Order: sequence, then structure tokens, then C-alpha cells
Amino acid sequence: MLASLVRQLGDWSLAQDAVQEASLAALETWPARGMPDEPRAWLIATARRKAVDMLRRERARGDKERDGVALVDQRRRDEPAEGDPSGLPAGLEDDLLRLLFTCCHPSLAPEARLALALRTLCQLSVAQVAAVLLTTETAMARRLGRTRQKITAARIPYRVPAAEELPERLGAVCGVVHATYTAGHAPLVGDALVDVDLCAEAVRLARLLVATFPDEPAPTSVLALLLLTEARRPARADADGEVVLLPDQDRGRWDSALVVEGAALLATSLRRSGGVADPYQLQAAVALEHDRAPSYAATDWAEIVRLYDLLVSVAPSPAASLARAVALAERDGPEAGLAALDGLGGSHDARVRGVRGELLARTGRRAEAAQAVEPRADDELTAPERRFRERRVRAWRALAGEGAGGQEQPGQPPRMSARS
Amino acid sequence: MTQYALLIHSRDVDWSLPEHAAETAEYDRFGRDHGADIRGGAALHPTSTATTVRVTGARGGDVVTTDGPYAETKEALMGFYLVEAADLDTALKIAQDCPGAWDGAIEVRPVLHMGD
Repeated sequence: MLASLVRQLGDWSLAQDAVQEASLAALETWPARGMPDEPRAWLIATARRKAVDMLRRERARGDKERDGVALVDQRRRDEPAEGDPSGLPAGLEDDLLRLLFTCCHPSLAPEARLALALRTLCQLSVAQVAAVLLTTETAMARRLGRTRQKITAARIPYRVPAAEELPERLGAVCGVVHATYTAGHAPLVGDALVDVDLCAEAVRLARLLVATFPDEPAPTSVLALLLLTEARRPARADADGEVVLLPDQDRGRWDSALVVEGAALLATSLRRSGGVADPYQLQAAVALEHDRAPSYAATDWAEIVRLYDLLVSVAPSPAASLARAVALAERDGPEAGLAALDGLGGSHDARVRGVRGELLARTGRRAEAAQAVEPRADDELTAPERRFRERRVRAWRALAGEGAGGQEQPGQPPRMSARS
Repeated sequence: MTQYALLIHSRDVDWSLPEHAAETAEYDRFGRDHGADIRGGAALHPTSTATTVRVTGARGGDVVTTDGPYAETKEALMGFYLVEAADLDTALKIAQDCPGAWDGAIEVRPVLHMGD
């Protein structure tokens, strides 16, 4: 709804204020008078009226005229079209795309793009966006305000770019969609292991991009990655929301339809790029290796290492290096993984320590493992991850305490995660 | 329509010298190609000709005058254009055509109209 209003009014702050006023009006009148037959249409019409009122008040105060922009667009485009990938009316899809491209304009700082997309596209509250991006609500409100101000002052246009600009613009857009999915898939704070709504939003946007730009490579690659990752979501947490690690996941709960769809998209995108893989395709290929494997032990770890070697060379990142270390450990043993970890900076990071702990435990050094994995106050971990690590620490310390004089028995640590 | 300043940061040279004729020809072409959008502008002498003025406090305060530009940077402010464009993307396209962006950088900033 916000997207439609931004299009009609051409002014983000005004649209946001109008949406708020309309929502308040609804809260005031609907309980008494009952909900209207078309609540969405009511809200939009009310918001438009509120916006016009606000503009009239501004003009009466002698503020600047908003030159050149149609203030209120009376065109109504609310008829749904057949076979929409997102199930939305055609007009609304248009607005979503415009909003998405505007959020990802190259003149906006990358952090600002993601923040704006989460706020306006995914409709997270300012507090929620702040939490996802690990900052305070005040700081986030300021950043969002500055970003909107820039869009207005510099007149960043609210449109889908022309065909010749698409390739470079799509890069930023796909990056934000991927970052949105990651924020939902691996949140760094909060009580839930996976923010399901954000993942669903990201998938919806990726589908829309593929449907709109079927011949462009990036959207297809990103959608493939998202689907192949999303396929495993049902098994990542047990009924109580507790962590279930990949080795312990019930693969029967994985969504095979998504795997098939994702695999087909990956194949298509690789054909188009002549077999040269971009970072999304590489990550999608890793996800597919996991999805295809009948069990953790039967996973083609050699292939996964090869894919991560490529990924680390074309798009180095701490996350890629960490994942590569895990795969190395599976292919060559825990010492190889530990050696790879030693090469990584940022060894105080909770995730790096988590992997180090698991690998140390496998070599029998359980006391060290417990120390590495022990959650610290400032660790960026969700509540379920914290609880999982605390269980690990207790188990390893108990085992390390057994045996005469602190002697440890090497071997596999017991599986402490809950079975689904 | 909005006005934008195109602030050109490039090599700190005397553009009027014959050795820069090729580049100034490019600027001439830019001026012709975008004549309809350009509302003003100027090339500047090299920064060796610049003087910087600061006044402490308010009008009438102590004046400090120093030799040289405001900031000693690798690329210097060498000129500017005022252009009119429908939106930022249009202004950016104009800036791309300006030689200053080809081995330097052009800052594109919207003009603030005071008291319209």
C-alpha cells in the first residue's frame, strides 16, 4: 500500500505519514462502524485524502510548491491480473518494482539501501530494521530519515530503469534481495532461529524479478540460491524452535519441490552464462549438493570444497571462508579445518568460535572446545543458538571431566541437538 | 525540473594552455551537446592562483587569508556547471558526458533554492 501511495504522491515522507494517519483513522472508526467491504481500498482512499489535506495545510502556510509532479494520481489500477507470480494486482507489482529499484539506487549507500528496503518493502518497523542491522532504533530512524531526504532533495526518480541500465542496476537489487533473505535465514539476534516472513518476502521479490526480467542472469541465479536454501528450512528447527544441525536434520522434511525448481533455475542460469559461475550460482551449487545428498556422510564434500575454493577467489568473504573450512574438515579431517580457521582473522567472532569448537571436539580436545563455543555476552547469537551452545559446553565439559586425571578420549562428540 | 551543480574535480592544470587543447575540445563538445540543459558554469584557474579566506566569529571578525585552495587534494576543484534536469538520473547522465568525469570525478549535488 505504501508503494502505491509513493507512486501516486511522489513523496515518501508524505506517503508514510498518510499511511499512518489512515491506519489511525481505521482503528478509530472500524470497531464502531464495522470493517468496510474493501478494507485495502478504504485505506488507500483515506490515505490519499489525508495526504491532500496535509499538502493543502502546507501550501496554506506558504511552503514551496512541489513543481512538476502530479500531486494526486486518480488512476486506479487495482484489478488483479491472471497468473501473477506474486498473486498481486498488476499495478501493485509495478509499484513494488519501482520501490525496489529506487531503494537500490547507486547514489544511496549500500547499508542505506538494505535498511530502506526492509522498512518500505518488507514493512518492518524501524525497531525491527535496527535489530536486523545491529544498530539502535534512534540511529536507524536517523539513517532512514537522511536517506528519504536524499531521495527527495536529489530527486532520485521513482521508476524501473530503462533496459540499457538494467544489468548494473539489477546487481544492487539482487544484492538487497539476497541480504533480505540472509537476514531472515540467519538472524543475528532475537528469539527465533529463522525469521520466516523475511525469507518469504525475499523469495517473493526474487520471483517477481525473474518474472519481470526472465532473460537477465542475476535474478535467476539469486532465486535458485534462495529456493535451494529455503528447501531445507522446515528441518532447521525442531518443534520447540531449537537448533537442529545439518547432520541431524530429517531430510524427509526438506521441500523437494523447491529443490527441483531451484536446480532447474540453476541449470538455466549456468547455460546462459556459458558455465561461468557468479557468486550466487556458486552458493546455489553448494546448496544443491547438500539438497541432493541422501545423508550428511554421503555429501560430496570434495565438490563442495571445490565450489568454495572458487567462491573464495571470486567473492572473498568471512562467511565463505568459514564455510570452506567446515567443508575442508569434512573432506580431510578436523585438523585440516582447524588449520584453515587459523588463517582467518576475526577469530573472536561467535560463528568462527562455534566451528572451531566443533572441530576441536572432534579431535578430542573437549575442554578447549567448550571454551571456544561458550557464548559471551556480546556474541551476536539468537536465543536458540545460545541455548544450543550452552548444551554443547555442558556436554563437552562433562566428558572432559571423565577419565583419569583429565585424560580425554578422542572421537565423535555426542549429538546433543534435539531430534525432529 | 531541478537544478544541479556539477562540481568538477580533475588535474590541477592551466586548461587554457595548448597542451590541453584536446581535452578542452571535449569540454566544448559537452557544452554544445548539452547546451539546452546548461544554465551556467565556469572553468577555474589552477589552484596555485587560489586564496582562502576565513573570518573568525561573525561579520567584521578577524580575517585570515591564506595562499592556496581550501583543501589540498589529489584532484582539485577545477570548474563547475549548473544544469537543469528532470531528476537525478538525467543529471548523472549529463555528468557522464562531461570530460571531468573521465579521469577525475564530478560531484553532482542539487541546488538549494532559498526563499522561492
